Amino acid sequence: MIDDDYDAPSPGESAARPAPITPADVADASRLVSFGLQPKLLPARDTEYAELIRRYRDDPSFARLADAVATGLGLIVLEVSSRAGMAVAAAEDSVFAVRMGDYSRRAASESTDRFLHGLAHLAVAALAFPRPEDLADDGYLGRITVNGVDAFVRQACRRLEQQADVSGDNTDPVSDAPGLEAAWRVYARRSATGATKDARRLAGSTIGIVGKAVSFLVDSGFLQKTSDDSGGTYRTTARYQLQVRDMAGSAAMAELLALGVVPVSDGSATLLPPDDSDDLVTDAGLPFHSV
Amino acid sequence: MTTTAEAARPAPGPAADEGLARRLRALACTAPLHDLDSRKANLAGEYAVYGMAEVALAAIDLVTLHMDFDTGADRDQVLARMLPRVAAQAPEREWREHERVAKWVLESLINVGSVDRGFRAVYGTFASDGSYIRRDYDFKLIEEVPGPDGGVYLRTTDEAVNVLVGALDTDVTSAQIAAEVKLEVLIRRGRLADAQLAAEQARYRTVQYSELLRRALEATRRNVRAVDWMETVPDLIAEALEHIADRYRHENAILTNIRKARDESEDPEHKRRAAELVDIVKDCIRRHTQLQTRLLEAGPLFRAEQDRQAFAAPSTRSGLDLYGQLLAPVLPLPLEQASAVTTAFFRKGIGLRTPDAVRLTDLVDVLLTPPVEREHLGAELPEPDLISTPDDSRFSDEQLETALGLLDLPADAPRRLSGLLAEARRIDPDLPYLVALLSVHAASPGVGTAYRQGEERLLFAVDDGTRLDDQEFGGADLIVGSALLDAVGMAADRTEGN
Repeated sequence: MIDDDYDAPSPGESAARPAPITPADVADASRLVSFGLQPKLLPARDTEYAELIRRYRDDPSFARLADAVATGLGLIVLEVSSRAGMAVAAAEDSVFAVRMGDYSRRAASESTDRFLHGLAHLAVAALAFPRPEDLADDGYLGRITVNGVDAFVRQACRRLEQQADVSGDNTDPVSDAPGLEAAWRVYARRSATGATKDARRLAGSTIGIVGKAVSFLVDSGFLQKTSDDSGGTYRTTARYQLQVRDMAGSAAMAELLALGVVPVSDGSATLLPPDDSDDLVTDAGLPFHSV
Repeated sequence: MTTTAEAARPAPGPAADEGLARRLRALACTAPLHDLDSRKANLAGEYAVYGMAEVALAAIDLVTLHMDFDTGADRDQVLARMLPRVAAQAPEREWREHERVAKWVLESLINVGSVDRGFRAVYGTFASDGSYIRRDYDFKLIEEVPGPDGGVYLRTTDEAVNVLVGALDTDVTSAQIAAEVKLEVLIRRGRLADAQLAAEQARYRTVQYSELLRRALEATRRNVRAVDWMETVPDLIAEALEHIADRYRHENAILTNIRKARDESEDPEHKRRAAELVDIVKDCIRRHTQLQTRLLEAGPLFRAEQDRQAFAAPSTRSGLDLYGQLLAPVLPLPLEQASAVTTAFFRKGIGLRTPDAVRLTDLVDVLLTPPVEREHLGAELPEPDLISTPDDSRFSDEQLETALGLLDLPADAPRRLSGLLAEARRIDPDLPYLVALLSVHAASPGVGTAYRQGEERLLFAVDDGTRLDDQEFGGADLIVGSALLDAVGMAADRTEGN
C-alpha cells in the first residue's frame, strides 16, 4: 500500500531505522488497529498497546501505515493518544457499523420506538456534556444516571407542554397521522417504568430504553459504570467525548440544518444556541405557575 | 420556528370548540372506570357481583394518599389495602379471587397491556378552515415511577386526581387554607365526622402541593442555567418556607385541639374519630417537615453545581451545545423530522461492534464437545488456617461478673463509691479499677438507649460534693444506685409517639 521511502524527519527510533516498510511493520500497524477495535482496552493497561501508541506518535511513516490499515477496514481514526488509545469509529458502510435492526428489533419496525431509542442516545450525550465547554475540554469527565436522563427529558417535555398550554395550542395529534405528532409527546406519553413479572426493567418504558442505550455504550467503551444508584450511575470516557464531538454531534447537526431548523450562522466560527434558549433561562425554572 | 414546523402543528380550532374539547377530554378520563364494569363480563368466572368502578376509585384514592414526597405508593401495600373493600363486596368468595380482582383493577388502571401503559381517546374538532379533524388524547390514571431503591412505585396523575375530586383543580394554597379553617371550626363545634372529611381533603391538597414542589426541585437539580437563582428561586424558597412554617403552626394547634377532644370525649365513637384525625394531621405535619428538608437542601445544591459548572477554567475551544442546539430544537419537531435527527445521532454515536467470524471447523468442534459436567457440590473448600489471638483483655469475664454483681444494688439502697471500692478490694485487688470505671460510666447513664430498649432498671451515679478518700483513686465519692424504669408506660408512649 505504502511503499514510498518516506523521509521521517523526527528524531529517535525512526532516524535509527530508516524507512523501508517491512511486513513486520504492517503487522504492527494492524495490531494497533486491532487494539483500537477493543474499545474497553486502555494503553495504560497493556504495555504492547502503549508501545505501539508511542511508535504511532513518534514515527510518521508508521502512523500513515496504521491509518491506511484502518481506512481499508472501513474505520475512521478519531484520535491516537495514551488517554483514549487508538480511538476509531466505524464508517457508514463498514462491517463494524451497528444497525438499528441489530440494536432493537422493535426500533426497526416502529417509528416511535426508533425515535425513542435515538433520543435516548442524544439525551445521554446532552446530559454527559451539559455545556459546550464540557464537550470541548479534553479533561472533562461527565457523569450520568439512567433515572436522571429520563427525568431530564421528561422535564424538557413538560416545559413544552406548559408552553403549548399557555399559548392555547391543541397539541393532541391528528389521528391516523402519527408522523406529525410532536416528538416530545411521544416521549411524555410513554410510561417511565413498569413492573414486570421477572423484576427486570420494562424494555419498552423510557427508563428501559435509556438503560439499554447506556449499557450498549458501556460495551462500546464509552461509559463506565460507577454504581447502581438511580438506575445505574456512569461516567464518560475520552472515547465517548471524541465520538460525540467529532462524529455524532456534527452528523445530527447536519440533519437538523437540512431541516432548516437551526439558523445558519453568518460564518463566524461559533454556533450560537437558538433563540428558544432565551425563554428557557427566564421562566423555565420552578414551574409553580403550572397550576 | 420554521414554516415546516408551523405547517405540521395542528391549527387551533374556533374558541367555542375548545371548551367542548376540554370537556370531551375530562369525560374521556372517566371512560377507563366505566370500561372496567363492562369488561368484567369477559373475565373467566362470575364477577358481576363486584363493583369494579368503585374498587378503581378506591384504588386511586389509596395511591393518592400513600404517595410520598420521594416516591410513589408501594404497589403491594395498595393491593393489600384494596382487599377489604373487594372482600366486602363478595364475602362468600375465597380470598384468592378477591386478590385477583384487586390486581386486575389496578393493572387495568395502569393499562399494563399497552406499550405506553396509558389510555387513548379519540375526539373530533373543527379546524379554523372549517374542516373536521379527529385527534388523539393520551392520558394516564396511575403511572409507574422509579423509586430510589430501584423498585417501581405508583403515582396518580393529575388527570386521575381530577377524576377523583373534581374540585381539586384549583389554587392549592388558598384551597388548603380554606380546608383548614373549616376543620378548625368543625372541631370547635365538636362535629368530628365532618372534621374528618375536611382533614382528609386537606391531606389530598398537602400531597398535591408537595408533588408540585418535588417536580420543581428536581428541575433545579438538573440544570442550574435553566433557573433564575438571582431572584425567582430564592423568593420562591422563602415563600415556600414561610408557607410551611405557617401550616406547621396551624396544624399543631389543630392537633392540640383534637387531642383534647379525644381525651375528654365520653363517646367511644367520638374518641375513635378523634384518634383517626390525630393520625391524619400528624401525617400532614410529617409531609410538611419532609418538604422543608428539601427546601433547605436546595441552596447548598445550587452552590455545589455552580462551583462545578461556572467556576471551572474556561476552555479555549468552544464546542457544540448538545442541549441548546440539538435536544431542545428536536423535541418540538414533528416525529418524522425529529426521528431523522436522532437516528443520525444514533448511527454515528453508538460506537462499533466487531462482528463474530466463525470457522466451520471450530464450529463443529464446539458443537460436538460434550458439556462440561458441573460438580454438584462445587470445589472443595480449603481448611482455613486459624491462629488463636492471645486474650489481652485487662479484666476476665469472672471479674466483670463479680463487679456487676457488686453494682446490682437494690433500688431503695444506693451506696457510696468508697464502700464499693473497699468491698471490691477484699474480693480481688484488681477489681476496684473495674468498679470505679463502671461507676464513672454510670454518672452519665444512657437513659435514651434504656428507654428505647425498654429496660426495667438503670445504674446511675451522682456526685453530692463529698471527696473520695481512697489509696488508689481520687475525685468525688459518687453515690451509686439503681433507678427503676416504668417499662410498660414507656412502651405505651413509644407506640403513641410513632
